[in-house]
Amino acid sequence: MTNLIAGSTGPWEAVIGLEVHAQVISRSKLFSGAATGFGAEPNSQVSLVDAAFPGMLPVLNRVCVEQAVRTGLGLKAEINLESVFERKNYFYPDLPAGYQISQYDQPIVGEGSIVIDLADGSSREIGIERLHLEQDAGKSLHDRHPKMTFVDLNRCGVALMEIVSKPDMRSAEEAGAYLTKLRAILRYLGSCDGNMAEGSMRADVNLSVRRPGEPLGTRTETKNVNSIRFVQQAIHYEARRQIEVLESGGTVVQETRLFNGVTGESRSLRSKEEAHDYRYFPDPDLLPLKLDPARIEEIRAGLPELPDEKKSRFIESFRLKPVDAAILVADRERADFFEAVAAGRDAKLASSWVMGDYFAALNKAGSSLAEAPVDAEKLGGLIDLIADKTLSGRMAKEVFEAMWESGKTAAAIVEERGLKQITDTGAIAAIVEEILVKNPAQAEQLKGGNMKIMGWFVGQTMKATQGKANPGTVNQLLKEKLGL
Amino acid sequence: MTVDKETVRHIARLARIRIDEAEEEILAKDLGGILQWIDVLQAVDTEGVAPMTSAVATELKLREDAVDDGNAQEAVLKNAPDRMALFYSVPKVVE
Repeated sequence: MTNLIAGSTGPWEAVIGLEVHAQVISRSKLFSGAATGFGAEPNSQVSLVDAAFPGMLPVLNRVCVEQAVRTGLGLKAEINLESVFERKNYFYPDLPAGYQISQYDQPIVGEGSIVIDLADGSSREIGIERLHLEQDAGKSLHDRHPKMTFVDLNRCGVALMEIVSKPDMRSAEEAGAYLTKLRAILRYLGSCDGNMAEGSMRADVNLSVRRPGEPLGTRTETKNVNSIRFVQQAIHYEARRQIEVLESGGTVVQETRLFNGVTGESRSLRSKEEAHDYRYFPDPDLLPLKLDPARIEEIRAGLPELPDEKKSRFIESFRLKPVDAAILVADRERADFFEAVAAGRDAKLASSWVMGDYFAALNKAGSSLAEAPVDAEKLGGLIDLIADKTLSGRMAKEVFEAMWESGKTAAAIVEERGLKQITDTGAIAAIVEEILVKNPAQAEQLKGGNMKIMGWFVGQTMKATQGKANPGTVNQLLKEKLGL
Repeated sequence: MTVDKETVRHIARLARIRIDEAEEEILAKDLGGILQWIDVLQAVDTEGVAPMTSAVATELKLREDAVDDGNAQEAVLKNAPDRMALFYSVPKVVE
């Protein structure tokens, strides 16, 4: 394994588990009829239930329950027919009830798994410990006033799925791959938008280090890390910190740490011990949640094709390399785009264009597929012109750039610029002949076996034809003429 | 089971209830009494008996996912001890 971290006293292994809070896509909150949209005016999406007025009772949202079931099925997890909501008691101004309604002993979803795709094309299974439903808290603004904290309860009561992995990851790369795959699954299922910048997906990192093969060390929890890159930074930082503590003869303290995205470091939250005495107990306002097995089967039957299934299908029907298929299916829109381009065309050519020039242009422009000036049909049109030899690969790149700038079809640009590839071998042969005659010294070298000079001749021919000759044909003609 | 004064102070802190020393003594006794009664109940064999969740045979009611509440800033903020524009305003919480 290459996951070991070198310390000054020998190699160490990091053991990582992730707790992800994923905001459920629903119109209204988990236990109230207030709206869930992001960015509304402060405290405008708050019901008296969310603000914990006396006597207000929670009523569970059916769609949130079904989203959790759908997600559980997507994680190949066991769905618990009976689960229980409990109160997790703690005081904080963004939680007006003084407790969060969550699930503890009996979560709605039990053990499952996620297959992660690594950069070298290999895959690995990471266990899911559980998924439970709970309420989000409100938002505290600490930086608007020297002595006061301002509280907006719009987010308070919005449904979250807490998805807990097993401590199965061993590196920042694996944690990144896990989050990428989890986010893709949630987006495919439509149960969470996975938008980490808006906080609809947040991760807590549990990490300990040990000597390879030894029992688990003491872990710490780094909270609220809100991008995949930050999770990886937090892992590098925390693994290094723990190794330094242990190598200098200290012991790792089990604690909660807060990550700072600006510095890439974390600091200990020295909360009093009793702050974590949550005194869970079943919420007397809510009976146990019982699920109908027939409804679960209906939800299962309605699941979309998920990333792993799509990946297998892409490998099988389009003969893609696993690493390419994994990149394509990571985003449903991109996968759909590729399928539209590849339909009825050479899949290898389609994938190399989609993943090469097309995604590069998209990233460079920072635009989304929906806004891109070249859609799947237009890119398909370009590939058709390569396939029927109207365009060489090199000319196609030029045409593609022009398409991106103008939004025109490939055919229109070829027409406008007179870019049709010269396929008349006789015409190319005449040009090759002329160049050989004009450059006798180089021709001698080539005949003498200096194959390096071959490229120079191809270049000269391409220049003479303004790039309209097919380089493969030129190569072949040169060899024929020289009897090589 | 008995409850000492340290436990009483801990529970009071968790509940954000301020108590004086005289009350600690009284509460320790009261809580101790309650826990002794629980000890008596614990003696009943409940092996294989599911916890009772309701006195009547009823099931959890679910709501449809509709926005039919909220949009009541003034009502919600009316009882706030302090506010700043449309926010609740509370003494600064660090961390």
